[in-house]
Amino acid sequence: MLKTTPLNQAHRDMNAKMVDFGGWDMPLHYGSQLDEHHKVRQDAGMFDVSHMLVVDIQGEHVRNFLRQLVANNVDKLTVSGKALYTCMLNPDGGIIDDLIIYFLSETWFRLVVNAGTADKDIAWITLQRDKSAPDFDIKPRRDLAMIAVQGPNARTKVWQVIPGTQAVTENLKQFQSTAFDQYFIARTGYTGEDGFEIILPASDAVDFWKKLHTAGVAPAGLGARDTLRLEAGMNLYGQDMDETTNPLESGLAWTVDLKSERDFIGKQALLQTPIKRQLAGLLLLDKGVLRSHQKVITQHDQNEGEGEITSGGFSPTINQSIALARIPVEVTVGEDVHVLVRDKKLAAKVVKYPFVRNGQILV
Amino acid sequence: MSIPTHLKYTKSHEWIKAESDGTVTIGITQHAQELLGDMVFVELPKIGRTLAQKEECAVVESVKAAADVYSPLAGEVVAVNSELESSPEKINQDPYLAWLFKLKLANAADLESLLDAQGYEKVLESEEH
Repeated sequence: MLKTTPLNQAHRDMNAKMVDFGGWDMPLHYGSQLDEHHKVRQDAGMFDVSHMLVVDIQGEHVRNFLRQLVANNVDKLTVSGKALYTCMLNPDGGIIDDLIIYFLSETWFRLVVNAGTADKDIAWITLQRDKSAPDFDIKPRRDLAMIAVQGPNARTKVWQVIPGTQAVTENLKQFQSTAFDQYFIARTGYTGEDGFEIILPASDAVDFWKKLHTAGVAPAGLGARDTLRLEAGMNLYGQDMDETTNPLESGLAWTVDLKSERDFIGKQALLQTPIKRQLAGLLLLDKGVLRSHQKVITQHDQNEGEGEITSGGFSPTINQSIALARIPVEVTVGEDVHVLVRDKKLAAKVVKYPFVRNGQILV
Repeated sequence: MSIPTHLKYTKSHEWIKAESDGTVTIGITQHAQELLGDMVFVELPKIGRTLAQKEECAVVESVKAAADVYSPLAGEVVAVNSELESSPEKINQDPYLAWLFKLKLANAADLESLLDAQGYEKVLESEEH
């Protein structure tokens, strides 16, 4: 039996093509994935991301606990509402999950974790709490829904739909959030466009979704979400990283704080393990489509074809195929590589990513 | 979904149209394009290539996945719809108009071995269950 979000029927009413996404019955698209992609880049689209889990951690010493739980440093969170993107590592430095942490108060931090890893995450966090500071609550919030409204016009549309929100959210910077009535509104996203991710009571989700739709926000499915995040150069857990890879070889060194004295789970492993691989962006020069698990051949290979595409696809904005690939660390931006597609070696170029941000092609 | 009755079909979702000049035209069905979603790339066989029945000879790729196209019958490739290379979305717009390639059959009688519309409908029904 597939799990459903509060918007399941609303998706079906909009003729969504539904798919099994890690045990969740989710919309892949509502007719055309390409149209939805362009709508987000050019105007505004909305995604049901209620399958992701909000976890509230409440009590004394939460910050201390998070200091050692995650690889980024929660001491960067000084203003209420500020958000931090981070990985949570195992002792080997492998990535248990990537998540966003919102600082609400010294006694309340909010985590948003991936759907597929939610049970594992809760078990891990609970285990760590029990070891160290068992005086706070870890609350999975399945009573909440989450809707991402993304695109250059996304914020304006939200302001139209929830009267009064403009005044409290128009000065929010990227990675800041605020509460307003029953809404928790964060200026975050997974598309490379401006917009909000809005957490709200599950019982209000359908009404809000329909109002956004009436205001001209296009429903967008997981298909468009994937091409948008790939263009934006954002990692997908389970594809670009997992427990066998660490953040330093996953393009996420910027999210790891190794400078402070602070110890965190996985730190020793990160300091001791030589980095041999990197996550790089590829732009396909030949015709075709790059897909995950295709082999990448570079001039730095110890064994030819040891590189591998972790996420690949067709970029609707660039109109060429792009990919993220894990390749030897010696490969530099601008180098030519080859990708094994069926029986052919297709030419690709290593590029700096993101590929697209705020509607602009960057490669 | 209506399945055109003047065409022949395969279980692997190709359609085949017998032309008056003795060649056959081949494309993929409405069902196939719906399953795949927005098309972004098409790779066609070379003209002059000799194909065995069920040989992989073309690739259609959508935003979602790559799908091999199999030659429904043995024969020689006499034409390809190269327009699809720059406009793969034409397959989504009208899969029965956006043909992939034409074959001169090794044996014209082979055509009778293919599914008719009714037979193909049964294939689709069995896939749904």
